[in-house]
Amino acid sequence: MDPRLGIIEERLKDVKRVIAVAGGKGGIGKSSVAATFALMLARAGHRVGLLDLDICGPSSHVILGISGVAPMEDKGIVPPLVHGIRFMSIIYYAGDNPSPMRGEDISNLIIELLTITRWGPLDFLIIDMPPGIGDPTLDIIRFMKGVEFLIITTPSKVALETVKKLVKMLIELGSPIIGVVENMKTDALPAAQGSIEALHVPFLGTIAFDEELEQAVGDVDRLAKGRFAADLRGALASVITAGGGGQLV
Amino acid sequence: MHEWALAEGVVATAIKVAQREGLREITEIRVKIGELQQTDMEIFEFALKEIVRPQTALLKRAKFVFEHEPAMLKCRVCAAEWPFKQSLQELDEGESESIHFLPETAHVYVRCPSCHSPDFEVTKGRGVWLESITGER
Ligand SMILES: [Zn+2]
Repeated sequence: MDPRLGIIEERLKDVKRVIAVAGGKGGIGKSSVAATFALMLARAGHRVGLLDLDICGPSSHVILGISGVAPMEDKGIVPPLVHGIRFMSIIYYAGDNPSPMRGEDISNLIIELLTITRWGPLDFLIIDMPPGIGDPTLDIIRFMKGVEFLIITTPSKVALETVKKLVKMLIELGSPIIGVVENMKTDALPAAQGSIEALHVPFLGTIAFDEELEQAVGDVDRLAKGRFAADLRGALASVITAGGGGQLV
Repeated sequence: MHEWALAEGVVATAIKVAQREGLREITEIRVKIGELQQTDMEIFEFALKEIVRPQTALLKRAKFVFEHEPAMLKCRVCAAEWPFKQSLQELDEGESESIHFLPETAHVYVRCPSCHSPDFEVTKGRGVWLESITGER
């Protein structure tokens, strides 16, 4: 028996909601959503953690401009509180180096991260998931009971096709899906709403393509005040109140 | 992996097994520890003692037996095999500290000694395993 698995549940027992931000493919703004969502929750007074599990391409720290902090060692690892967010990522240990890992390594790394991290009491733990439906997604479902999925897509046909696969898999595995957010909406492409609703999952709303988002990367004040955050807040407001998690202001 | 987390996992799993098997008392817990985990045995044993202490009835007489498994790495490109120990000697303090906390970050810092590829597998000595739990019903 793997003794690490016996402790993951214990580590999460004081976390009210675990929300995995996932997408069928990369480049759809999943990390921007996860990081901004965590930031909005923190600024609204919630106790929030952000776990970057995009092991091969961690980027939450870049979006939130996090550097020069390290976790504290205390009978495990306590993530530092940055911008009001308990933030955990492989970057504390891998730095800016690439992490050339395969499935089995990534699974082990995820188990390790979940085992050593002491989140303490949280209202929300947001997970920035790796893209796709590979091992990490299956691991999260296996190890984190009660994890809810927030799915991000863009209006592109390719993104929508991969989201379909992700949704089908989550339904088959019995994982709760909060809904789908359409990111990078432009007038050039047809809206995703119809295709999403055809999958019988809630369509939460749309985030317009925001040219200023790139400038806000690394600057949390600008990020929190920008149009991207405003649109995201609109899409997620009902989710937060419906879940009994309080207001998302 | 961090010793405290590991010790908590070992005790929690042992208690679960004891309850499932209807054990009144656990007498022996055998743990296999892979070298890749870089476990500091002194801290690990201290943590175990501390965690076991409040569990008096079930674990009062429990003896821990440790088996250490050396870690072996194998290059996926040129098939060279080498002991993890050899690579460890070439790492600086920060790098081996990272591997201590997250053993998988070995993939970030270790390279094949023959062809320098980062694409290697851990063939032995990864992870921690609860080998057996002995007790009385
Ligand atoms: Zn090689």
